[in-house]
Amino acid sequence: MKYLLGRLAVFPLVMLGVSVFVFVAIRLVPGDAITAMLGTEGGMLTPAQREALAAYFGLDQNWAVQYFRWLGGLFRGDLGISVTYGQPVLDIILERFPLTLQLALMSMVVALAIGLPAGVFAATRANKASDLIVRIFAMMGQSMPNFVVALLSIYILSVGFGVLPTMGRFVTFSEDPLGNLAQMILPSIALGTAFAAAVTRITRAAMMDILGEDYVRTARSQGFSQGYVIWRHALPNALIPVLTLSGVEFGYLLGGAVIVEQIFALPGLGRVVLDAILERDYALVQGVILFIAFNFMLVNLLVDLAYAALDPRIRYGGNA
Amino acid sequence: MKTITSTVKTTARALALLSTALAAPLAAQTLDLAWSQDATGLDPHTQPGFATIRLLELMYEPLVRLDEGLELQPALAESWSFSDDGLQLTFQLDGDAMFHDGTPVTSADVRASFERILDEETGAIARANYTSIINIETPDDATVVFELDAPNAPLLNGLASVNAAVVPASAIEAGTLGTEVIGSGPFTLDARTPNASANLSAFDAWHGGDVAYDGINISVLPDETALLAALRAGQADFALINDPLVATLVPRTEGLQLNTAPTLSYYVLQLNASREPMGELALRQAIGCAIDRQDVLDAALLGEGEVTGPLTSPAYRTDPSGLFCYEQDQDRARELLAEAGYADGFTATVIAANGEPPTASAVAQVIQSQLSEVGINLEIEMLELSVYIDRWLAADFDMAVALNGGRVDPYTMYNRYWTRDGNLQGVANYIDDTLDTLMIEGRAETDEAARAEIFGNFESHLAEMSPWIWLFTGNTYTAQTEGVSGFVSSPTGTLFGLVDVTLAE
Repeated sequence: MKYLLGRLAVFPLVMLGVSVFVFVAIRLVPGDAITAMLGTEGGMLTPAQREALAAYFGLDQNWAVQYFRWLGGLFRGDLGISVTYGQPVLDIILERFPLTLQLALMSMVVALAIGLPAGVFAATRANKASDLIVRIFAMMGQSMPNFVVALLSIYILSVGFGVLPTMGRFVTFSEDPLGNLAQMILPSIALGTAFAAAVTRITRAAMMDILGEDYVRTARSQGFSQGYVIWRHALPNALIPVLTLSGVEFGYLLGGAVIVEQIFALPGLGRVVLDAILERDYALVQGVILFIAFNFMLVNLLVDLAYAALDPRIRYGGNA
Repeated sequence: MKTITSTVKTTARALALLSTALAAPLAAQTLDLAWSQDATGLDPHTQPGFATIRLLELMYEPLVRLDEGLELQPALAESWSFSDDGLQLTFQLDGDAMFHDGTPVTSADVRASFERILDEETGAIARANYTSIINIETPDDATVVFELDAPNAPLLNGLASVNAAVVPASAIEAGTLGTEVIGSGPFTLDARTPNASANLSAFDAWHGGDVAYDGINISVLPDETALLAALRAGQADFALINDPLVATLVPRTEGLQLNTAPTLSYYVLQLNASREPMGELALRQAIGCAIDRQDVLDAALLGEGEVTGPLTSPAYRTDPSGLFCYEQDQDRARELLAEAGYADGFTATVIAANGEPPTASAVAQVIQSQLSEVGINLEIEMLELSVYIDRWLAADFDMAVALNGGRVDPYTMYNRYWTRDGNLQGVANYIDDTLDTLMIEGRAETDEAARAEIFGNFESHLAEMSPWIWLFTGNTYTAQTEGVSGFVSSPTGTLFGLVDVTLAE
């Protein structure tokens, strides 16, 4: 409990740090919303026109004023207005987040469904041919970027079969469950397979360690079956490193998967941030990055709590 | 592994087919349109972006419009005339013109629109084209008179732009132009999610005639290869393609057709004469002589374009081979370099924007290798677009590879660079009396033959002075499936031709 409170106390401090960092970083990048909108045509503006636009975009105040205005809004739950969407930033985030969350969850399911069994399988057949085959696949999966998998799947479907899940017109799960899953399955596979490879390798390594431990050998010698020992004793312990890795990966996925979203034309958070940066939509960049940072910390906290639940040594102050 | 992926693919395919079947529209005929870049806003007066203009042209109308031959056609105005002294331009509006909210388009709306464009507070992007308008009179609901400070022949062409669209006076009053669209054009905007999709319906009361289908569903597919995949899978009927590499794949695909039109925009190597040693005329000419334009075009754009002089509009464009050093001549380049005092060559930096256009880095690299053959050593600096624009506007470069927008009228296209008080003279950084005088003459001259001669002289002088090295124009591309017929491309890149399209059942 004390551990939890300590962790929670750090939250606001980190968020404040992130807010300052993002605010300054996006403004250090040359060009502003006017340049992004007008391009070289911006050179055609008269000084009065430029001033009017700067006032419209809120670029006429100094940074400190802009920051404290924004921070004041934050405490009232107002993340400001996006200049490119003409909508409150919070609305855009809440509209896009379900997609990102669904994509992250589906990718994790794909990764764990492939990675865990493959890792256990390889560990129990250590250094046999089948283990080698799994490891070669895992190496390939890890070294093939997810966007290559994405592009290949689109190419094969469109050229080979002349079909493609609808792209660019996203439907939510509640509107049309089948249509939604059809749109999400390829991106989930593209994101999931690369991570599945990492899960496979970690699971394999962790299982090999544990299968060599004393208590597993003891269990074996007492006549428990091989399967029982693996699934009942070894796997829960082997899950700890997998959980850590998955937590970090899940935190990343909640920040959106930019390239895969671009390829499949999914309106997730990753693309929102990318477009917002390119269009110098300051309020939107700040709001979304803050939201992503918050999610990342939350996921990390949950992982640490789960970790403690799985491994008693952590709960009792680490006197192993 | 293989069986798993094939099962997954079969499942995905089944799901895809099922969802298409479930989502099949009921008897409404819509055109599915896909493009990779979405509009960045909805206010027609303040948005210059190519992608934004493509969308807004389907919903807003200017007074006049350019057809695919770049000839003026009626839009909101059914006729127009200059007074004999050229100081008054009178428009008669089409009495049937109506805004999407059902109110008629009147001269009051035209006046309010232009007052908004000319107001500096608006930040209207094309304002500089209309500053010769000093007063607007509205004798009756269907007549608008623009009073000018001096004769201005290019004004009419300048008005043929969605940046000079007529919007309802009530929408200006209410301040809703940034958020909703009430135009007088062929389509209404039903729904839009920026960077994702938009739904348009054909406007029944459009004064320009009937559209043969019910609406357009636009999807934004950021990846250009995905556009091609969507066409192949029949998800898109029509797509707007920017990347020549992707465009060349379209004709190789069964059942797809590529529409090509040469653009007005031009690729150019801008030299900054305020930077040493580019101030030397002989040295700038040497750079021009050292470049093989066709070779750059072939290598960087797969030959998809045409070598050009400064004038790119069909009415003024001539065979450029008569211009100064348009055939590569390396010996002459070396002589000119020696004359400028740089017999051993020199080193300079060239800036180019990443991915804008997709061919920019290739163009820079080919030029780099060609110039190295006469001893000029180029260092390429690739920059993110907004950074490039900042540097470009500040003239903070030795040389720049640029793709600059073109206009139908040479004056409107070039007065920003090649007149003494042009807004972008500080970027062009070269001006002489000949250029300035010819530009001013061309602006006031109304006789077409005389104008062609004036701008012909302007072009050959500009090429000889070599402040920039003009290279070539590219193409604008659209692709369509067999079910689409009747679309005509235009050099402006507009998709307005979609109003004439019919869709097969």
